[in-house]
Amino acid sequence: MDNILECRNLSKIYKNAIALSNVNLQIKKGRIVGLLGPNGSGKTTLIKLANGLLTPTMGDLLIDGMPIGVETKKIVSYLPDHNFLTQWMSVNQMIDYFADFYSDFSRDRADRMLENLGIDRTKKIKTLSKGTQEKVALILVMSREAELYMLDEPIAGVDPATRDYILRTIITNYNEDATIIISTHLISDIEQILSDVIFINHGEVALCDTVDNIRQREGKSVDELFREVFRC
Amino acid sequence: MSWSFSNDRPIFQQLVDIIILKILSGEYQPGFKLDAVRDLAVTAGVNPNTMQRALSEIENTGIIYTKRGDGRYVTEDTGKIAEVRNSYVAEKTRGFVESVKALGLTVNEISEAVKNVLNEGGNSDG
Repeated sequence: MDNILECRNLSKIYKNAIALSNVNLQIKKGRIVGLLGPNGSGKTTLIKLANGLLTPTMGDLLIDGMPIGVETKKIVSYLPDHNFLTQWMSVNQMIDYFADFYSDFSRDRADRMLENLGIDRTKKIKTLSKGTQEKVALILVMSREAELYMLDEPIAGVDPATRDYILRTIITNYNEDATIIISTHLISDIEQILSDVIFINHGEVALCDTVDNIRQREGKSVDELFREVFRC
Repeated sequence: MSWSFSNDRPIFQQLVDIIILKILSGEYQPGFKLDAVRDLAVTAGVNPNTMQRALSEIENTGIIYTKRGDGRYVTEDTGKIAEVRNSYVAEKTRGFVESVKALGLTVNEISEAVKNVLNEGGNSDG
C-alpha cells in the first residue's frame, strides 16, 4: 500500500453548500504535501473528513487503505485550525493527557521542543499568549510518532523565527515513511519544504503535482502560480 | 540559516548548482565527507526528498560518490573536478556571451567589456 490517503469520488454537501465535489486524490507515503486554496475552498472540510469529524455525503476516503475509524485515528496526528487546548490545565498536565491518550506519544520529543522554544511548562494554558498556545498545540501534535500528520494552518499565528524553527522541526523529526499534509495560505514560507502541492478551489482539486514539476513547467514558484490561479 | 532559492527554477536543480559550486570553489575539498541527507536538508531548509534527488543528480556527474554504509564523499580525482569546473565555466560564459550578443556586440567589443569589468575590480590577477 503506497498511498497513505486516498479519496475516491469524495463529496461533502452541507445543507445548502457543496464543500467538496467529486474529489479524487492519492497521497503517497513519505511526502510533505501543501494543501492550498483560498478561504472557503474546502481545505478544512477535507481534513475533518480524514479525521472522522465529518462523514462523506458520497464517495470514500481511505487512510492507509482503511476507512476512517479507530485504527486510522491511531496513526493520524491532527492539528485543528482552532484552539483545542484545555485552558485550565498546565502545560505539564496537557503533556500527561496526550501521553495517556496516544501510545505513540514521545515525551522526549515534547521535552526537547518545549525547551528549545523556551516554554514554561508549569504555567497554565490560559495564562499563555495566543502564539505560545499555538506552539504548545503544535508540539503536542508533532510529538506523536504518527504515520500521517494533518496540520490545519499550523504557522499562521507565530513569529517568523518560530516559524523557521517549526519548519526545521518538521524536516528533522518526521520519519521517512511518515506523511505531512499542511494546509496554509503562507505558501512562500513553506514552499521549500514541500514535495507536493494540491490546489483546491470551490471544492474541487484544481491541481495536484510536485513542487519541482510546477517550477519546471511554469518557470515560477508555487506561490506565484497560486496568486495567478486565484487572482481576486 | 537556510540557503536562498530563486522562484523560476526547480529547487532540486538549484541545490545541484549550489553544491557543485561548493565543490568547485574548494569549500568542499576533495575527499570531504558530506553531511547526511537529512542534515543537509535541514541546513538548506528543504525537503529531504528534494535533497536526495539533488545528490543523486550530482553523483551522476562523478564528482561525489557513495561509500556503502558510510556516506557521500567528494571525489579525490582532481582531474574529474577540473573537468566539471571547465564545463561549468564554459556554460556560464556561453550564457553571458549569448546575452550580450543579442545586443549586437562584436567579438572585440565583448572582450573589451569583459576586460573593463575585470579592471574595475582592481584586484585582477594580471
